[in-house]
Amino acid sequence: MMPAILLDKAFNPWDELQRYQADQLPSGQFGATASFVGSMRDFNINESVSLMTLEHYPAMTQLFLDNLCNECRQKYQLDDCLIIHRFGDIRPGEPIVLTVAWSAHRAKAFDACRYLMEELKARAPFWKKEQTDRGERWVHNELKKQ
Amino acid sequence: MQSMLNVKFFSSLRELTGQAETELNIQSPLALREVWQRAAADCAIPENTLCAINMEYARLDDIAYDNDEVAFFPPVTGG
Repeated sequence: MMPAILLDKAFNPWDELQRYQADQLPSGQFGATASFVGSMRDFNINESVSLMTLEHYPAMTQLFLDNLCNECRQKYQLDDCLIIHRFGDIRPGEPIVLTVAWSAHRAKAFDACRYLMEELKARAPFWKKEQTDRGERWVHNELKKQ
Repeated sequence: MQSMLNVKFFSSLRELTGQAETELNIQSPLALREVWQRAAADCAIPENTLCAINMEYARLDDIAYDNDEVAFFPPVTGG
């Protein structure tokens, strides 16, 4: 099983999902695949955003996401799960994060995919800085689940 | 006996303290709140500060020992 993956350049989440599934998951052994892709918007808090820089704490981020994958596999009895997350400079429209859960049945795949995202958003050490027409600003944590 | 801590600041706390990383000589184990006071004496610690010891979440009252890596950062905004 592969660890969570951190990337400093743009990626195609559907290609990555397909490649990982073909390489790592035996055909016929899973019945459900649930995925989530988060992409960068070109607006936030009523202002246009031209660029976002995603800073992270590299060693802690890798450790946190690897542990999250392992915990999630056990908690939801998954066949497998995958997290890919960008860092560095990101432009509007580019994918930021991919989470995927493979399971025998849909309920655990849906629940696990959501769990990966909610835990990642709440605790993975990333910080977004946005570039707007009025300069740059750090994005503040939104506690409500949108 | 002297001990050493590696202290890191991320995101807005790096900008607040004016440093990304520093090494701190300590005489004995220190609570993270005291680590901040020693490493960033000119800045009050922001109320919502998060911290870690050796890449695991910790609390400001937790103790750092020789050769530990301590990190301070604001609430996270990934995903």
